[in-house]
Amino acid sequence: MKLSIERGTLLKAVSQAQSVVERRNTIPILANVLIEAEGEGVSFRATDLDIEVVDKAPAMVERAGATTVSAVTLHEIVRKLPDGALVSLTDDGTKGRLTVEAGRSNFSLATLPKEDFPVMASSEYTANFSAKASVLRRLFDKSKFAISTEETRYYLNGVYMHVAEAEGGRMLRCVATDGHRLARIDADLPSGAEEMPGVIVPRKTVGELRKLLEDDDADIAVSVSETKVRFTTDKVALTSKVIEGTFPDYMRVIPTGNTKKLEVDASEFAQAVDRVATVSSERSRAVKLQLDEDRLVLSVNAPDSGAAEEELGVAYGDDRLEIGFNAKYLLEIASQVDRENAVFLFNSAGDPTLMREGNDTSAVYVVMPMRV
Amino acid sequence: MDCDAFYASVEKRDNPDLADKPVIIGGGRRGVVSTACYVARIRGVKSAMPMFQALKLCPEAVIVKPRFPAYEEASRAIRQMMEEMTPSIEPLSLDEAFMDLTGTARLHGAPPAVMLGRLILRMKNELRLTGSIGLSHNKFLAKVASDLDKPRGFSVIGKAQTAEFLHDKPVRLIWGVGQATQSALDKAGIRTFSDLLRWDQQDLHARFGSMGDRLYRLARGQDSRRVARDPRMKSISNETTFASDTSDPDILDGHIWRMSEKVSDRAKAKGLMGRVVTLKLKRANHTLITRRVSLHDPTQIADRIYRTARDLFDQVNHDSAYRLLGVGLSDISKAADATSYGDLLDPDAGKRAQAERATDVIRQKFGADAILKGRALR
Repeated sequence: MKLSIERGTLLKAVSQAQSVVERRNTIPILANVLIEAEGEGVSFRATDLDIEVVDKAPAMVERAGATTVSAVTLHEIVRKLPDGALVSLTDDGTKGRLTVEAGRSNFSLATLPKEDFPVMASSEYTANFSAKASVLRRLFDKSKFAISTEETRYYLNGVYMHVAEAEGGRMLRCVATDGHRLARIDADLPSGAEEMPGVIVPRKTVGELRKLLEDDDADIAVSVSETKVRFTTDKVALTSKVIEGTFPDYMRVIPTGNTKKLEVDASEFAQAVDRVATVSSERSRAVKLQLDEDRLVLSVNAPDSGAAEEELGVAYGDDRLEIGFNAKYLLEIASQVDRENAVFLFNSAGDPTLMREGNDTSAVYVVMPMRV
Repeated sequence: MDCDAFYASVEKRDNPDLADKPVIIGGGRRGVVSTACYVARIRGVKSAMPMFQALKLCPEAVIVKPRFPAYEEASRAIRQMMEEMTPSIEPLSLDEAFMDLTGTARLHGAPPAVMLGRLILRMKNELRLTGSIGLSHNKFLAKVASDLDKPRGFSVIGKAQTAEFLHDKPVRLIWGVGQATQSALDKAGIRTFSDLLRWDQQDLHARFGSMGDRLYRLARGQDSRRVARDPRMKSISNETTFASDTSDPDILDGHIWRMSEKVSDRAKAKGLMGRVVTLKLKRANHTLITRRVSLHDPTQIADRIYRTARDLFDQVNHDSAYRLLGVGLSDISKAADATSYGDLLDPDAGKRAQAERATDVIRQKFGADAILKGRALR
């Protein structure tokens, strides 16, 4: 194998590959990236056995071939090379070494046989559809903060992507929850997605997927089966196993009878929460909301560290209400709001609270209060 | 101060018929010796010895089931006497405590040795219980001294005598040096404190880690640990050895509940909560299974501890009968001023917790058995 490739192009391709590779690994080949050169381009393939990413990049291929080298080492080298450099990768197939050359720099990297590299078995996908990067980005960005890290309820360690019946018809929906907060985000159902089985996309896959979604207008091809999900751009293909297990019936968690409505400027609210939470106790992070006619008082009273209070002008016309929340949860939810005011719907101090953007029901958040 | 055969002494005091008999405190056919009186000790009976072995050594021993309320009461009375001497008391158990008497001589008009003598005398006259005193300049040496001539001992290790005293003493005097450390020390040719003195700190550290640093200082009679009134509790756990081995899931479930409730009761009493729940199972062949899991937020609720332990139990591949089951709570913190109302996905959890708090109030008023869960009867 012999090829030359522009440093910037190479860096982009290799960095996506190396982020899939697990740092602590007992199987040496899994630390490597499989480089395959053919025709007009080169591909970089990496896997942790649950996720596989294949990055294609244009290159001048002098001699086709394939080999594997440490993904992290290759990434580090390319990162440190000067911008604009032309990098050549050469493997004569005999010495078990890959030569990396750029300008006056010369590296020789240990390789492992390409035959040992595990390639993820292909899958029969039951649904194939295309979605704009901006749509997928919204679905996952707004839900991923609620993904659980709890080991026992492993089926909560991802975003549940499925087709749902909503007021406006059938929707493509992403839901995540850790039992303390929940995010439910809807988007128009792309054609071809109707038959999609519901899948739980693991946290790590959500993180890797995000890197494919930088370009708003890019079309992302999505393929889904019962066991796998694949996202493809013109350069990158990301395939991932999904989390086995049943996502809980989240609909009964979303309150429908909450009537006490608070409307507040989301960023003002988030900043105020952040300020008063400075003195909250490390463990509970509790913030109290006192609601009265068009007035919201945020307060923290932590016996060990101090007290804080801040008043905000809001729109609220219901009965007086005192309710407590974990400041971190409030902040995370408030920071999802980007266009309009945040609308909170309360029931009582002990019941789940609902939050949405204005009257938009395509993004709904639920948070469990605290006893304060 | 370390009481002499405390549980047994309380029993002998409360039942004079036992006075001259060998008395063993412990429970059940499967139990172990909790305390043996000095008569029984002459026959070789020791604490933590399996009961059947103790009875082999001393067949005529009278076995008394422990009466913890009586011991607690005696312990409180002794504690009261100590409180009059110093506010700085660190109890190690019901019958043993460190006291820091630094600077109390002027207050009491008598040096610590005299005050301790008075304490022992008061315990004997007012409570009819005896104890042993170890007086020294740090905790390590005080503890060693208290064991020197038990029962009714009174030993002083002064600063000037420390080096000479430790010189030919075996290293296993150090609390925390068990069999494993002992054999590691043996391999290094360390048997006595004078052997330890020949090592420098780096070498000890390299060989024994943080224990090595401790050994280095203790070999020189140095111990800077303070007498802590409320030592930070690291975990709360309860376990039970069954009357007979069982693999019956219903019976085991009952045990999980009762152990969870005990752990919860203790956490609530101390105003603590924990984030890590541990389940411990001992198979009939004495091999041990432990499983643990971290909760999202700390708890002291029995229902939550039970459900978590029960999940852990269900994940174990049960291939044998069990002889012991334990439940523990760790990563302990002070009960928070605010707690979550519960779990979105388990909407009844909040109600169950409220019901438990209500039950607690009833139990406080009318006794622990006033209201029970059905599964507690399994």
